[in-house]
Amino acid sequence: KTSFNCIFNVSFSLRFKPFRRRPLPAQRKYMRSPLTPEMATQEVQLNETLAHLKTESETLKSKLEEERAKLHDVELHQVAEKVEGLGQFVMKTRRTLKGHGNKVLCMDWCKDKRRIVSSSQDGKVIVWDAFTTNKEHAVTMPCTWVMACAYAPSGCAVACGGLDNKCSVYPLSLDKNENLAAKKKSVAMHTNYLSACSFTNSDMQILTSSGDGTCALWDVESGQLLQSFHGHAADVLCLDLAPSETGNTFVSGGCDKKANVWDMRSGQCIQSFETHESDINSVRYYPSGDAFASGSDDATCRLYDLRADREVAIYSKESIIFGVSSVDFSLSGRLLFGGYNDYTINVWDVLKGTRVSILFGHENRVSTLRVSPDGTAFCTGSWDHTLRIWA
Amino acid sequence: MTSNSNLSNMRRLVEQLKLEASVERIKVSQAAAELQQYCLQNASKDALLVGVPTGSNPFREPRSCAVV
Repeated sequence: KTSFNCIFNVSFSLRFKPFRRRPLPAQRKYMRSPLTPEMATQEVQLNETLAHLKTESETLKSKLEEERAKLHDVELHQVAEKVEGLGQFVMKTRRTLKGHGNKVLCMDWCKDKRRIVSSSQDGKVIVWDAFTTNKEHAVTMPCTWVMACAYAPSGCAVACGGLDNKCSVYPLSLDKNENLAAKKKSVAMHTNYLSACSFTNSDMQILTSSGDGTCALWDVESGQLLQSFHGHAADVLCLDLAPSETGNTFVSGGCDKKANVWDMRSGQCIQSFETHESDINSVRYYPSGDAFASGSDDATCRLYDLRADREVAIYSKESIIFGVSSVDFSLSGRLLFGGYNDYTINVWDVLKGTRVSILFGHENRVSTLRVSPDGTAFCTGSWDHTLRIWA
Repeated sequence: MTSNSNLSNMRRLVEQLKLEASVERIKVSQAAAELQQYCLQNASKDALLVGVPTGSNPFREPRSCAVV
Protein backbone atom coordinates (compact mmCIF):
# COMPACT_ATOMS: atom_id res chain seq x y z
CA LYS A 1 0.00 0.00 0.00
CA THR A 2 2.77 2.40 0.96
CA SER A 3 4.71 1.89 -2.24
CA PHE A 4 1.59 2.36 -4.38
CA ASN A 5 0.81 5.65 -2.69
CA CYS A 6 4.43 6.66 -3.08
CA ILE A 7 4.38 6.11 -6.80
CA PHE A 8 1.04 7.83 -7.23
CA ASN A 9 2.16 10.89 -5.30
CA VAL A 10 5.45 10.97 -7.11
CA SER A 11 4.05 10.92 -10.59
CA PHE A 12 2.53 14.35 -10.26
CA SER A 13 4.48 15.81 -7.41
CA LEU A 14 8.04 14.65 -8.03
CA ARG A 15 9.05 18.05 -9.29
CA PHE A 16 6.44 19.97 -7.31
CA LYS A 17 7.86 22.86 -5.46
CA PRO A 18 5.65 25.80 -4.68
CA PHE A 19 6.38 28.69 -6.94
CA ARG A 20 9.86 27.52 -7.82
CA ARG A 21 11.05 29.26 -10.96
CA ARG A 22 13.55 28.33 -13.63
CA PRO A 23 16.90 30.14 -13.51
CA LEU A 24 16.51 33.90 -13.89
CA PRO A 25 15.98 34.82 -17.54
CA ALA A 26 18.73 36.62 -19.43
CA GLN A 27 18.19 40.33 -19.92
CA ARG A 28 15.29 41.06 -22.20
CA LYS A 29 16.41 42.24 -25.57
CA TYR A 30 14.84 45.63 -25.98
CA MET A 31 13.63 46.87 -29.30
CA ARG A 32 16.65 48.17 -31.08
CA SER A 33 16.79 51.35 -33.05
CA PRO A 34 18.90 51.26 -36.20
CA LEU A 35 22.64 51.27 -35.44
CA THR A 36 24.81 54.20 -36.46
CA PRO A 37 28.32 53.36 -37.67
CA GLU A 38 29.76 54.58 -34.31
CA MET A 39 27.39 52.39 -32.35
CA ALA A 40 28.23 49.45 -34.61
CA THR A 41 31.94 49.78 -33.83
CA GLN A 42 31.20 50.09 -30.11
CA GLU A 43 29.04 46.97 -30.31
CA VAL A 44 31.82 44.99 -31.98
CA GLN A 45 34.29 46.10 -29.31
CA LEU A 46 31.88 45.12 -26.55
CA ASN A 47 31.34 41.71 -28.09
CA GLU A 48 35.09 41.16 -28.34
CA THR A 49 35.58 42.07 -24.67
CA LEU A 50 32.67 39.81 -23.78
CA ALA A 51 34.19 36.89 -25.68
CA HIS A 52 37.54 37.56 -24.02
CA LEU A 53 35.94 37.55 -20.57
CA LYS A 54 34.09 34.37 -21.40
CA THR A 55 37.33 32.61 -22.31
CA GLU A 56 38.93 33.92 -19.13
CA SER A 57 36.06 32.58 -17.02
CA GLU A 58 36.28 29.15 -18.70
CA THR A 59 40.04 29.06 -18.02
CA LEU A 60 39.52 30.05 -14.39
CA LYS A 61 36.84 27.38 -13.95
CA SER A 62 39.11 24.61 -15.23
CA LYS A 63 42.01 25.95 -13.17
CA LEU A 64 39.76 25.80 -10.09
CA GLU A 65 38.88 22.18 -10.82
CA GLU A 66 42.54 21.34 -11.42
CA GLU A 67 43.64 22.88 -8.12
CA ARG A 68 40.88 21.06 -6.25
CA ALA A 69 41.73 17.76 -7.91
CA LYS A 70 45.44 18.02 -7.00
CA LEU A 71 44.57 17.75 -3.31
CA HIS A 72 42.12 14.89 -3.81
CA ASP A 73 44.54 12.23 -2.60
CA VAL A 74 42.08 9.95 -0.83
CA GLU A 75 38.37 9.36 -0.15
CA LEU A 76 36.83 10.04 3.27
CA HIS A 77 35.57 6.47 3.63
CA GLN A 78 39.09 5.16 2.95
CA VAL A 79 40.48 7.27 5.77
CA ALA A 80 37.65 5.92 7.94
CA GLU A 81 38.26 2.23 7.16
CA LYS A 82 39.93 1.61 10.50
CA VAL A 83 37.11 3.22 12.47
CA GLU A 84 34.81 0.82 14.27
CA GLY A 85 31.54 0.24 12.47
CA LEU A 86 28.26 1.29 14.06
CA GLY A 87 25.94 -1.26 15.58
CA GLN A 88 22.19 -1.60 15.29
CA PHE A 89 20.15 1.46 16.01
CA VAL A 90 16.92 1.47 17.92
CA MET A 91 15.25 4.71 17.08
CA LYS A 92 11.52 5.05 17.30
CA THR A 93 8.86 7.69 17.29
CA ARG A 94 8.55 8.79 20.90
CA ARG A 95 6.04 11.60 20.45
CA THR A 96 3.60 12.55 17.71
CA LEU A 97 2.51 16.19 17.56
CA LYS A 98 -0.93 16.52 16.00
CA GLY A 99 -2.71 19.76 15.43
CA HIS A 100 -1.78 21.23 12.08
CA GLY A 101 -4.56 21.20 9.51
CA ASN A 102 -2.30 20.80 6.53
CA LYS A 103 1.26 19.95 5.44
CA VAL A 104 3.96 20.79 7.97
CA LEU A 105 6.64 22.70 6.08
CA CYS A 106 9.21 23.75 8.65
CA MET A 107 10.18 23.38 12.28
CA ASP A 108 12.85 24.60 14.71
CA TRP A 109 13.91 23.72 18.26
CA CYS A 110 14.13 26.19 21.11
CA LYS A 111 17.46 26.30 22.96
CA ASP A 112 15.68 24.89 26.02
CA LYS A 113 15.66 21.51 24.18
CA ARG A 114 11.98 20.93 24.72
CA ARG A 115 10.02 23.57 22.85
CA ILE A 116 9.44 23.46 19.12
CA VAL A 117 7.96 25.88 16.63
CA SER A 118 6.39 24.53 13.44
CA SER A 119 4.68 26.10 10.44
CA SER A 120 2.27 24.76 7.92
CA GLN A 121 0.63 25.19 4.52
CA ASP A 122 -2.58 26.21 6.29
CA GLY A 123 -0.93 29.39 7.55
CA LYS A 124 -0.65 28.29 11.17
CA VAL A 125 2.47 28.58 13.28
CA ILE A 126 2.37 26.50 16.48
CA VAL A 127 4.70 26.40 19.48
CA TRP A 128 4.74 22.99 21.20
CA ASP A 129 6.17 21.53 24.36
CA ALA A 130 7.71 18.39 22.89
CA PHE A 131 7.88 16.56 26.26
CA THR A 132 4.15 16.81 26.90
CA THR A 133 2.96 17.39 23.29
CA ASN A 134 0.92 20.36 24.52
CA LYS A 135 0.45 23.35 22.25
CA GLU A 136 1.63 26.48 23.97
CA HIS A 137 0.97 29.14 21.35
CA ALA A 138 -0.68 29.34 17.96
CA VAL A 139 -0.61 32.14 15.41
CA THR A 140 -2.47 32.36 12.14
CA MET A 141 -0.43 34.04 9.44
CA PRO A 142 -2.15 36.17 6.80
CA CYS A 143 -0.77 33.88 4.08
CA THR A 144 -0.72 30.18 3.33
CA TRP A 145 2.47 28.14 2.76
CA VAL A 146 4.49 29.32 5.73
CA MET A 147 7.69 27.75 4.49
CA ALA A 148 10.06 29.07 7.10
CA CYS A 149 10.05 29.39 10.85
CA ALA A 150 12.73 29.84 13.49
CA TYR A 151 13.01 30.12 17.27
CA ALA A 152 14.87 33.08 18.73
CA PRO A 153 17.96 32.20 20.81
CA SER A 154 16.34 33.69 23.91
CA GLY A 155 13.24 31.53 23.46
CA CYS A 156 11.13 34.66 23.69
CA ALA A 157 10.14 35.04 20.05
CA VAL A 158 9.62 33.15 16.80
CA ALA A 159 10.11 34.27 13.21
CA CYS A 160 8.19 32.98 10.21
CA GLY A 161 7.23 33.72 6.63
CA GLY A 162 6.43 32.24 3.26
CA LEU A 163 4.22 33.32 0.40
CA ASP A 164 3.81 36.76 1.92
CA ASN A 165 7.46 37.40 0.84
CA LYS A 166 8.16 38.64 4.37
CA CYS A 167 9.75 37.41 7.56
CA SER A 168 7.82 38.49 10.66
CA VAL A 169 8.82 38.19 14.30
CA TYR A 170 6.25 37.37 17.01
CA PRO A 171 7.28 37.92 20.63
CA LEU A 172 5.96 35.01 22.72
CA SER A 173 3.89 36.01 25.66
CA LEU A 174 3.61 34.16 28.94
CA ASP A 175 -0.06 35.07 28.92
CA LYS A 176 -1.70 32.33 26.87
CA ASN A 177 -4.73 34.48 26.21
CA GLU A 178 -2.81 37.29 24.60
CA ASN A 179 -3.23 37.68 20.88
CA LEU A 180 0.25 37.12 19.48
CA ALA A 181 -0.67 38.54 16.10
CA ALA A 182 -1.14 41.97 17.65
CA LYS A 183 2.56 42.29 18.51
CA LYS A 184 3.81 41.07 15.13
CA LYS A 185 6.82 42.85 13.68
CA SER A 186 7.55 42.74 9.95
CA VAL A 187 11.29 42.48 9.51
CA ALA A 188 12.32 41.20 6.10
CA MET A 189 10.91 42.10 2.69
CA HIS A 190 11.79 40.06 -0.37
CA THR A 191 10.37 40.17 -3.88
CA ASN A 192 9.44 36.51 -3.86
CA TYR A 193 8.58 33.80 -1.31
CA LEU A 194 10.59 33.38 1.88
CA SER A 195 12.16 29.91 1.84
CA ALA A 196 14.19 29.93 5.07
CA CYS A 197 15.03 32.13 8.03
CA SER A 198 17.34 31.94 11.01
CA PHE A 199 18.25 34.20 13.92
CA THR A 200 21.95 34.85 14.22
CA ASN A 201 23.60 34.60 17.64
CA SER A 202 21.09 36.99 19.16
CA ASP A 203 17.44 37.98 18.87
CA MET A 204 18.61 41.15 17.11
CA GLN A 205 19.40 39.88 13.63
CA ILE A 206 17.74 37.54 11.16
CA LEU A 207 19.14 35.90 8.06
CA THR A 208 16.67 35.07 5.27
CA SER A 209 16.69 33.30 1.92
CA SER A 210 14.14 33.77 -0.81
CA GLY A 211 12.69 32.62 -4.11
CA ASP A 212 13.97 35.94 -5.46
CA GLY A 213 17.46 34.41 -5.61
CA THR A 214 18.98 36.36 -2.74
CA CYS A 215 19.77 35.99 0.94
CA ALA A 216 19.66 38.93 3.30
CA LEU A 217 20.63 39.95 6.84
CA TRP A 218 18.18 42.17 8.73
CA ASP A 219 18.09 44.15 11.95
CA VAL A 220 15.01 42.98 13.84
CA GLU A 221 14.33 46.17 15.77
CA SER A 222 14.39 48.57 12.82
CA GLY A 223 13.65 46.17 9.95
CA GLN A 224 16.70 47.60 8.22
CA LEU A 225 18.55 45.57 5.57
CA LEU A 226 22.11 45.15 6.86
CA GLN A 227 23.59 43.08 4.06
CA SER A 228 22.37 41.31 0.95
CA PHE A 229 23.90 38.30 -0.73
CA HIS A 230 23.71 37.97 -4.50
CA GLY A 231 25.14 35.10 -6.50
CA HIS A 232 22.55 32.38 -6.87
CA ALA A 233 21.06 32.13 -10.36
CA ALA A 234 17.69 30.86 -9.15
CA ASP A 235 15.53 30.47 -6.01
CA VAL A 236 17.51 30.02 -2.80
CA LEU A 237 15.84 27.22 -0.83
CA CYS A 238 17.84 26.86 2.37
CA LEU A 239 20.51 28.31 4.59
CA ASP A 240 22.48 27.44 7.72
CA LEU A 241 24.68 29.58 9.94
CA ALA A 242 28.17 28.39 10.86
CA PRO A 243 28.56 27.28 14.50
CA SER A 244 29.39 30.45 16.42
CA GLU A 245 32.99 29.50 17.18
CA THR A 246 33.89 29.42 13.52
CA GLY A 247 33.04 32.95 12.62
CA ASN A 248 30.65 34.94 10.55
CA THR A 249 29.77 32.74 7.62
CA PHE A 250 26.73 30.88 6.40
CA VAL A 251 25.95 28.43 3.63
CA SER A 252 22.97 28.56 1.24
CA GLY A 253 21.61 26.11 -1.34
CA GLY A 254 19.37 26.74 -4.31
CA CYS A 255 17.54 25.67 -7.42
CA ASP A 256 20.70 26.46 -9.40
CA LYS A 257 22.22 23.26 -7.82
CA LYS A 258 24.84 25.39 -6.11
CA ALA A 259 25.80 25.59 -2.45
CA ASN A 260 27.44 28.93 -1.64
CA VAL A 261 29.41 29.90 1.45
CA TRP A 262 29.13 33.60 2.33
CA ASP A 263 31.00 36.11 4.48
CA MET A 264 28.26 37.82 6.48
CA ARG A 265 30.10 41.08 6.90
CA SER A 266 31.21 41.72 3.33
CA GLY A 267 28.36 40.02 1.49
CA GLN A 268 30.94 38.16 -0.56
CA CYS A 269 30.55 34.57 -1.73
CA ILE A 270 33.79 32.96 -0.59
CA GLN A 271 33.31 29.39 -1.80
CA SER A 272 30.90 27.73 -4.19
CA PHE A 273 30.13 24.07 -4.82
CA GLU A 274 28.23 22.70 -7.79
CA THR A 275 28.17 18.91 -7.80
CA HIS A 276 24.50 18.15 -7.17
CA GLU A 277 22.37 17.27 -10.17
CA SER A 278 19.24 19.01 -9.00
CA ASP A 279 17.83 21.55 -6.52
CA ILE A 280 19.51 21.66 -3.11
CA ASN A 281 16.69 21.58 -0.56
CA SER A 282 18.69 21.60 2.65
CA VAL A 283 22.15 22.53 3.90
CA ARG A 284 23.56 21.96 7.39
CA TYR A 285 26.97 22.62 8.92
CA TYR A 286 28.99 19.78 10.42
CA PRO A 287 29.24 20.46 14.20
CA SER A 288 32.92 21.52 13.99
CA GLY A 289 32.10 24.06 11.29
CA ASP A 290 34.74 22.64 8.91
CA ALA A 291 32.24 21.02 6.56
CA PHE A 292 28.59 21.03 5.61
CA ALA A 293 26.08 18.50 4.27
CA SER A 294 23.44 19.07 1.62
CA GLY A 295 20.30 17.22 0.56
CA SER A 296 18.93 17.44 -2.95
CA ASP A 297 16.15 16.43 -5.34
CA ASP A 298 18.79 14.22 -7.01
CA ALA A 299 18.19 11.76 -4.12
CA THR A 300 21.67 12.19 -2.67
CA CYS A 301 23.15 13.85 0.38
CA ARG A 302 26.69 15.14 0.02
CA LEU A 303 29.42 16.30 2.38
CA TYR A 304 31.63 19.25 1.41
CA ASP A 305 34.79 20.02 3.35
CA LEU A 306 35.48 23.76 3.50
CA ARG A 307 39.23 23.54 3.99
CA ALA A 308 39.75 21.00 1.22
CA ASP A 309 37.31 23.10 -0.82
CA ARG A 310 35.56 20.09 -2.37
CA GLU A 311 32.91 17.43 -2.04
CA VAL A 312 34.32 14.59 0.08
CA ALA A 313 31.42 12.15 0.32
CA ILE A 314 28.15 11.18 -1.37
CA TYR A 315 25.42 9.40 0.57
CA SER A 316 23.28 7.52 -1.91
CA LYS A 317 21.92 4.11 -2.85
CA GLU A 318 20.48 2.86 -6.11
CA SER A 319 17.28 1.99 -4.29
CA ILE A 320 16.82 5.57 -3.09
CA ILE A 321 15.27 7.55 -5.92
CA PHE A 322 13.28 10.20 -4.10
CA GLY A 323 14.54 13.65 -3.24
CA VAL A 324 15.95 14.62 0.14
CA SER A 325 14.06 17.48 1.71
CA SER A 326 16.03 18.01 4.88
CA VAL A 327 19.31 16.95 6.56
CA ASP A 328 20.92 17.31 9.99
CA PHE A 329 23.88 15.87 11.92
CA SER A 330 23.90 14.15 15.28
CA LEU A 331 25.89 15.91 18.01
CA SER A 332 29.26 14.33 17.18
CA GLY A 333 28.74 14.57 13.43
CA ARG A 334 29.00 10.80 13.03
CA LEU A 335 25.40 10.37 11.93
CA LEU A 336 23.60 12.25 9.16
CA PHE A 337 19.81 12.12 9.19
CA GLY A 338 17.96 12.72 5.93
CA GLY A 339 14.23 13.22 5.49
CA TYR A 340 13.07 11.99 2.10
CA ASN A 341 10.11 12.49 -0.21
CA ASP A 342 9.39 8.75 -0.06
CA TYR A 343 8.17 9.28 3.54
CA THR A 344 11.27 7.72 5.14
CA ILE A 345 14.26 8.89 7.15
CA ASN A 346 17.63 7.44 6.19
CA VAL A 347 20.42 7.50 8.75
CA TRP A 348 23.96 7.58 7.30
CA ASP A 349 27.38 6.87 8.79
CA VAL A 350 29.08 10.13 7.80
CA LEU A 351 32.62 8.69 7.87
CA LYS A 352 32.04 5.37 6.17
CA GLY A 353 29.40 6.56 3.71
CA THR A 354 27.01 3.69 4.45
CA ARG A 355 23.38 3.73 5.53
CA VAL A 356 22.96 2.50 9.09
CA SER A 357 19.22 2.69 9.46
CA ILE A 358 15.95 3.49 7.71
CA LEU A 359 13.02 4.79 9.74
CA PHE A 360 9.37 4.51 8.81
CA GLY A 361 6.38 6.23 10.31
CA HIS A 362 5.28 9.25 8.38
CA GLU A 363 2.44 8.84 5.93
CA ASN A 364 3.61 11.44 3.48
CA ARG A 365 6.85 13.12 2.52
CA VAL A 366 9.15 14.32 5.28
CA SER A 367 9.57 18.04 4.73
CA THR A 368 11.73 19.15 7.63
CA LEU A 369 14.16 17.54 10.10
CA ARG A 370 16.17 18.97 13.01
CA VAL A 371 18.23 17.39 15.77
CA SER A 372 17.57 18.84 19.24
CA PRO A 373 20.15 21.28 20.67
CA ASP A 374 21.57 18.70 23.10
CA GLY A 375 21.39 15.85 20.58
CA THR A 376 19.04 13.62 22.58
CA ALA A 377 16.37 13.45 19.88
CA PHE A 378 15.42 14.71 16.46
CA CYS A 379 12.13 16.03 15.16
CA THR A 380 10.59 15.59 11.73
CA GLY A 381 7.68 17.41 10.12
CA SER A 382 5.69 15.93 7.27
CA TRP A 383 3.07 16.55 4.63
CA ASP A 384 0.96 14.11 6.67
CA HIS A 385 0.19 17.10 8.97
CA THR A 386 2.14 15.74 11.93
CA LEU A 387 5.50 16.15 13.62
CA ARG A 388 7.33 13.23 15.19
CA ILE A 389 10.03 13.18 17.83
CA TRP A 390 12.49 10.30 17.41
CA ALA A 391 14.99 9.00 19.94
CA MET B 1 22.15 48.59 -22.96
CA THR B 2 21.91 44.84 -22.69
CA SER B 3 25.51 44.27 -23.85
CA ASN B 4 26.75 46.58 -21.11
CA SER B 5 24.98 44.67 -18.38
CA ASN B 6 26.16 41.35 -19.86
CA LEU B 7 29.66 42.80 -19.73
CA SER B 8 29.40 43.83 -16.10
CA ASN B 9 27.91 40.42 -15.22
CA MET B 10 30.81 38.68 -16.94
CA ARG B 11 33.32 40.95 -15.20
CA ARG B 12 31.73 40.12 -11.86
CA LEU B 13 31.82 36.41 -12.68
CA VAL B 14 35.52 36.55 -13.60
CA GLU B 15 36.31 38.45 -10.37
CA GLN B 16 34.33 35.89 -8.36
CA LEU B 17 36.16 32.98 -10.01
CA LYS B 18 39.52 34.63 -9.32
CA LEU B 19 38.53 34.95 -5.66
CA GLU B 20 37.45 31.32 -5.46
CA ALA B 21 40.59 30.11 -7.24
CA SER B 22 42.78 31.89 -4.70
CA VAL B 23 41.28 30.07 -1.69
CA GLU B 24 43.88 28.20 0.37
CA ARG B 25 43.19 24.49 0.36
CA ILE B 26 44.41 21.49 2.32
CA LYS B 27 44.62 17.86 1.23
CA VAL B 28 41.53 15.70 1.53
CA SER B 29 43.51 13.21 3.62
CA GLN B 30 44.19 15.86 6.24
CA ALA B 31 40.64 17.26 6.14
CA ALA B 32 39.17 13.77 6.42
CA ALA B 33 41.43 12.89 9.34
CA GLU B 34 40.26 15.98 11.22
CA LEU B 35 36.57 15.26 10.54
CA GLN B 36 37.11 11.74 11.82
CA GLN B 37 38.94 12.98 14.91
CA TYR B 38 36.06 15.34 15.76
CA CYS B 39 33.56 12.47 15.48
CA LEU B 40 35.54 10.16 17.69
CA GLN B 41 36.30 12.81 20.30
CA ASN B 42 32.63 13.69 20.69
CA ALA B 43 31.12 10.24 20.21
CA SER B 44 30.61 9.62 23.91
CA LYS B 45 28.43 12.73 24.26
CA ASP B 46 26.26 11.85 21.27
CA ALA B 47 23.02 10.45 22.73
CA LEU B 48 21.63 9.35 19.39
CA LEU B 49 24.84 7.47 18.65
CA VAL B 50 25.63 5.69 21.90
CA GLY B 51 22.42 6.06 23.85
CA VAL B 52 22.24 7.46 27.36
CA PRO B 53 21.71 5.77 30.70
CA THR B 54 18.08 4.84 31.23
CA GLY B 55 16.22 7.68 32.76
CA SER B 56 18.30 10.52 31.44
CA ASN B 57 16.71 10.85 28.01
CA PRO B 58 13.44 12.69 28.62
CA PHE B 59 12.00 11.54 25.34
CA ARG B 60 12.56 7.86 26.01
CA GLU B 61 10.66 8.00 29.25
CA PRO B 62 6.91 7.49 29.11
CA ARG B 63 5.07 10.72 29.46
CA SER B 64 4.05 11.59 32.96
CA CYS B 65 1.73 14.31 34.12
CA ALA B 66 3.54 17.08 35.91
CA VAL B 67 1.74 18.39 38.95
CA VAL B 68 2.50 22.09 39.10
